[in-house]
Amino acid sequence: MKKWLKSRKGQQTVIIVSFAVIPLFLLVLFTYLPFVQMVEFSFFKMKYLTPPDKRVFVGFKNYIDVLTRDDCFKALKLSIYYCIGALVQLALALFLATILSFKVKGGNIFKGMMFFPYLISGIAIGFIFKFFYTRGFVLDSVLQLFGFDAEQLPYWLKDQKVNNWSLVATSIWRYFGQNMVLFIGAIMSVDNELYEAASLDGANKFQQFFHIILPSIKTIVTLNVILSITGSLSAFEPPYVITGGANGTGTYFVIMNEIAHVTQKVGLASAMAVILLLIIFACTILQKLFFKYIFRSSED
Amino acid sequence: MKQNMRKISSVFLNAIKYIILIFFSLVAVVPVVSCVFTAFKTSEEYQTTSVMAMPGNWLNFDNFIKAFQTANMGQAFVNSLAVMLCVLAVSVLVGTQLAYILNRFSFPGNGLIRNLFLFASLLPSIAMQVTVYKIMSVLGLVNHLYGYIIMMCGTDVISIYIFIQFMENISVSLDESAIIDGASYFQIYWKIILPLLRPAIVTACILKGVAVYNEYYCANLYLMDKSIRTMSTSLYTFVGPMGSQYNLICAGVLISLLPALIVFIICQRQIYSGITAGAVKG
Repeated sequence: MKKWLKSRKGQQTVIIVSFAVIPLFLLVLFTYLPFVQMVEFSFFKMKYLTPPDKRVFVGFKNYIDVLTRDDCFKALKLSIYYCIGALVQLALALFLATILSFKVKGGNIFKGMMFFPYLISGIAIGFIFKFFYTRGFVLDSVLQLFGFDAEQLPYWLKDQKVNNWSLVATSIWRYFGQNMVLFIGAIMSVDNELYEAASLDGANKFQQFFHIILPSIKTIVTLNVILSITGSLSAFEPPYVITGGANGTGTYFVIMNEIAHVTQKVGLASAMAVILLLIIFACTILQKLFFKYIFRSSED
Repeated sequence: MKQNMRKISSVFLNAIKYIILIFFSLVAVVPVVSCVFTAFKTSEEYQTTSVMAMPGNWLNFDNFIKAFQTANMGQAFVNSLAVMLCVLAVSVLVGTQLAYILNRFSFPGNGLIRNLFLFASLLPSIAMQVTVYKIMSVLGLVNHLYGYIIMMCGTDVISIYIFIQFMENISVSLDESAIIDGASYFQIYWKIILPLLRPAIVTACILKGVAVYNEYYCANLYLMDKSIRTMSTSLYTFVGPMGSQYNLICAGVLISLLPALIVFIICQRQIYSGITAGAVKG
């Protein structure tokens, strides 16, 4: 045994075990154990302090509730707004990234200004936009400068026709700069000679975009489209601070937070979480299939 | 003639390019700027002037002082700083160690560990808290700063990815010559790998540091006492009775984002490279 420990193989085993044990312990404790419990709890009616023998097994009732209860299902539908917003955000980010990856004076300043919102905390963003959208405040004043009639403008946060779009815009504002930086990174990694060759051949900027840039960064674009679906389902802080979920703006997480930690319907909240995870897994599998079949076949 | 046309159209395109960039930069900046204007206004000024009007006195720091005191932001900042330093120290140590063994040794379970972390990144944190809350309360970690720190200490796939990517460029021959000189694996990690990883560590720390500093949901859930509030949770206290005193709220918002702004100005390059490195993991 002692000899084995001194051998190279033994030393390797020791270092592998001792370096892996803490991160794996934390990962199991705070991710996989809760994950297993979540699936378990979703079949029970219980509160946090309910002792295990007092829980009531309810089968799939919680899942049926999520899909039939007005608040949960509406919140699920609400994420469609955020999905559309995410697509707009990606398109915008790609557009700006393309502009910025060519020669631009002061490019770094533009990039910095557009990126900075990503570093602001969700709560601060909530306050900034609550102020921004309040009747007669920032947005209304700016629009008045452009000649809009203040009386005609809607109540951005109360009017149910626009309030979810207002919140979606907040989320676009927060993330488009980050997406842009990411795309700039991808575009920069494209071989420079390709552009030079293309412009020598007389290709204009649009042709360069569709024939060189887009094909070489399609992987990262697709990845982000799929990630944005996951992100859309997870919108939380802006609606939580700005409207508190009032007037039909409660996103899935705002509702889940209330069900889990205010009314303590832990079973129902777990079922909500599991359904969310299933959607996310579906998106991930979709992504894998997409990469496996669509991209591979185009490369052949 | 044709050449002239080309020139004109290229000048025109150039102008459009800058108009677009200026427009979106303004979109990004205006909400924050209006906040800056408002934070310097007295209550009277705030009620009588337009929100887009500049304040009369740029040196009126009353709102900042009042916001700082009412939300107890001094204590909150100390708490946030403590949380951040502990979390960064532990997660960097643990993360680089894990990246080291994953990158340098092939052993059964290597791929499995990578996949476990990758899969974990798919699980949204807020959803997980439904049951993490139960575990935290069973372990007695709720309402203690150290409990929150322990929960946040785990490493994440993006940091691991940044470390591994960087480590791939550190030649294995360095390790081998150290072994010939009689170094143990731990010494190789500590004396060779860790110092060389410095740029990657800086990048990972900035990304994680900002995330930890801005984290609200868990801080709100697990830190109830006033004395252990973090910056995000102390900022949230403005939601209640002071909900419409925006000159005060804006001052609070600006105080809370000042550290992020400073870090951003100093470390722009590392932040951008972190964003790009974290993104290619797919």
